[in-house]
Amino acid sequence: MPRKLRSIPGAAAALALAVITVTLPIVPVPAAAQESVEKAIEQYRQDLQGGNPAELWEARGEEIWNTPRGPKHASFKSCDLGLGPGIVKGAYAQLPRYFPDAGRVLDLESRLVWCMVNQQGFTHAEATKVTFGKGSRKRSDLEALTAYVVAQSDGTKMNVSLADPHVRGMYEIGEKMFFYRAGTHDFACATCHGSDGKRIRLQDLPNLTKKADAQRAYTSWPAYRVSQGEVRTFQWRLHDCLRQQRFPDLIYGSDASIALTTYLAARANGAAYAGPGMKR
Amino acid sequence: MIPRISGTRLAGIAVLLAGAAAILYGCAGTPAEDKSASVEAQTIAMMKESFKAHGQAGLDRLDQDDTQRLCSKYSTTPPPAAVAKKIEGENLAKVRYPADGKLMGDWKKGEKIAQLGRGMQFSDDPAKPAGANCYACHPLAPKELSYGTMGPSLYQFGKKRGYTEENRRYVWAKVYDAEAFSACTNMPRFGERHILTDEQIRDVVALLMDPESPVNR
Repeated sequence: MPRKLRSIPGAAAALALAVITVTLPIVPVPAAAQESVEKAIEQYRQDLQGGNPAELWEARGEEIWNTPRGPKHASFKSCDLGLGPGIVKGAYAQLPRYFPDAGRVLDLESRLVWCMVNQQGFTHAEATKVTFGKGSRKRSDLEALTAYVVAQSDGTKMNVSLADPHVRGMYEIGEKMFFYRAGTHDFACATCHGSDGKRIRLQDLPNLTKKADAQRAYTSWPAYRVSQGEVRTFQWRLHDCLRQQRFPDLIYGSDASIALTTYLAARANGAAYAGPGMKR
Repeated sequence: MIPRISGTRLAGIAVLLAGAAAILYGCAGTPAEDKSASVEAQTIAMMKESFKAHGQAGLDRLDQDDTQRLCSKYSTTPPPAAVAKKIEGENLAKVRYPADGKLMGDWKKGEKIAQLGRGMQFSDDPAKPAGANCYACHPLAPKELSYGTMGPSLYQFGKKRGYTEENRRYVWAKVYDAEAFSACTNMPRFGERHILTDEQIRDVVALLMDPESPVNR
């Protein structure tokens, strides 16, 4: 179903509620809490009447998308996400893909950075100054833009084509990386996401080697994180997973981050994209 | 700078590394194995360019030892018996018991170590001791309800198995290097990988093996 941005006052009310409710328990969750956390999130959804504070990020992202910016005074209307310059509808459901102008396979976030650098004239350092925001004083344009773009694929079936050999190659590398055990704790992605019905503390873990779980997980990111009061993107998700894996710091938009995204996105093929989602 | 590897350079690295892998593995791969080794080489090369050192987590964290390399191939299926035997044998040889022979510490400290999830992440202060976060994966003392289910329940471990010296030695070794007993287990090797000190391992052994520990009450 195509998604329409709610009115700004509506979204503002949603955020006010978000701020009030932000005290939802975070790990470690107190006694007998698994069910109550889920209930609290469900209650929170009901309170928002199907709304999601992510809509505020979407609205800001739309404004940024349409505003000429950077030394070259260009807007994102000339940014081609794969379906033609400025076209956002359905674009996210087909990413990552190979972009001949960049000579690389790019995910949404690295493509946004590419457009900022190559069309708007920012340096790479400027474009990636704030990748993950922290409150109103350190807001991330990339999170806002990402929220806006992904929302335009809500209801669209995931369709990452592996026909292109570049994309196929990245998928294969991403798959290897998923099972790659290393670091002080011998963890791979698959350590926590390779078996059914497991949890860490009280947090349920999707088995990303199974189609249904992989689809459910991928199509619910990016998401508004209630505990953080921020929209978090897929680059954030990978970065923070790998931090907990005791790996070094995954560089935003790096090839390995895109390879892993390609693997996980393609495994979600066939499922309707349903983001931005909402998570604890 | 955008971390990128040009196609040509990547292919070059891949060929080099695949060649090295072929030599290591004795050149006798099937086409599928050759393909897999080539993708593996590309993956490692790409990862080296895609991470940056941060805090205590240097790029050497990406280097695999024998166990990690072998177990990366058997994440969803158990390794073949011969491979499992090799991994377990190599790791058993690495288990080091304390010089003074003292295997049991303070279960109260052990409980804190079992609760603590901090340690070894680039966001952690390396000056502070790491935890083992046992509860992330195991039920232990019954009053802690926030436990994970990746591993088996350890509730009443000592009580059920028996408070013997042999079992204390087993628990020490299992915490020290779990790969010595169960090849490609998900459990970290807390001693072998220097996550916990000997003193901390003693406290964890006490948590499981002291009759007074809440795990055994």
